[in-house]
Amino acid sequence: MEPEARIGSADFPPDEVLVARLRDGDEAAFVLLVDTWSGGMGRLARSFVATNESAAEVVQDTWLAVIRGIGSFEGRASLKTWIYRILVNTAKRRGVREGRTVPMSSLLPTDEDYGPTVDPARFLEAGHEWAGHWREFPAAWPSPEHAALSGEIHAQVSDAVAALPDRQRIVITLRDVEGYTSDEVREILDISAANQRVLLHRARASVRARLETYFATVDTERIGGEAVP
Amino acid sequence: MSDLDCNEFVELVTTFLDGALDDETERRFLDHLSACDGCDTYLDQMRQTTKTLGTLPPESLPDDARDKLLDAFRDWNR
Repeated sequence: MEPEARIGSADFPPDEVLVARLRDGDEAAFVLLVDTWSGGMGRLARSFVATNESAAEVVQDTWLAVIRGIGSFEGRASLKTWIYRILVNTAKRRGVREGRTVPMSSLLPTDEDYGPTVDPARFLEAGHEWAGHWREFPAAWPSPEHAALSGEIHAQVSDAVAALPDRQRIVITLRDVEGYTSDEVREILDISAANQRVLLHRARASVRARLETYFATVDTERIGGEAVP
Repeated sequence: MSDLDCNEFVELVTTFLDGALDDETERRFLDHLSACDGCDTYLDQMRQTTKTLGTLPPESLPDDARDKLLDAFRDWNR
């Protein structure tokens, strides 16, 4: 699947242009990168360290390392991937200092990441003529254009992501929130595409389940009931 | 008739969206999809979930942190 275009990416200069400008000390290029990527970097850093403040410092330290290291950037990975690798290393070192270790081994799926991602009670039980089929189909959701809900939907989704185990949160943050391809995530975190999928699938299913629960409430109480002012 | 059950279908969604199902499994997946409204809805909701995740607004760097970085960049290139 093609990664979806991110906002503003259309006019974003290619790596070789950006790198040349950074090496020339072009402030506008540096500000563009800092403004465009720091948000996503902070989100990822937060998965490795204990507090938001700590994550913000990791982002700053990463940019300082980028300033010092851009002269030796060789272009083997994309600029963004290179910066994200620095971020992950910086975040991990800091996480270790804070006693919040997310060692690489814990980024691999564990036993609890396998098994059904949808409650087995949603399906007809063994012995039934239609065993394994939906007991009741999932209820349709309100149309995504329902703008009045979008703020609350974002809040629900953010909460659901925050509640995931570290390894699932890190992978879904990179893949779905930041829009990285599985190849890029493999370069950043050194997790195989197959292992990413196990974590990503479970994480997506949890977020979907959260939205399902949420829509079930608003449907009856707000949209389906009295008119929303 | 497809030989894939709904509870198997739902576990293949992410691999399908990654384009990583083998040909035979993908055929069974699509056969089931075409015959099952419940799974059609489920697949669509997983897609919507992914799409919504991609629209989460990024947090921006606090102004003072941004200023400090810009100072560091200037110093380094002086």
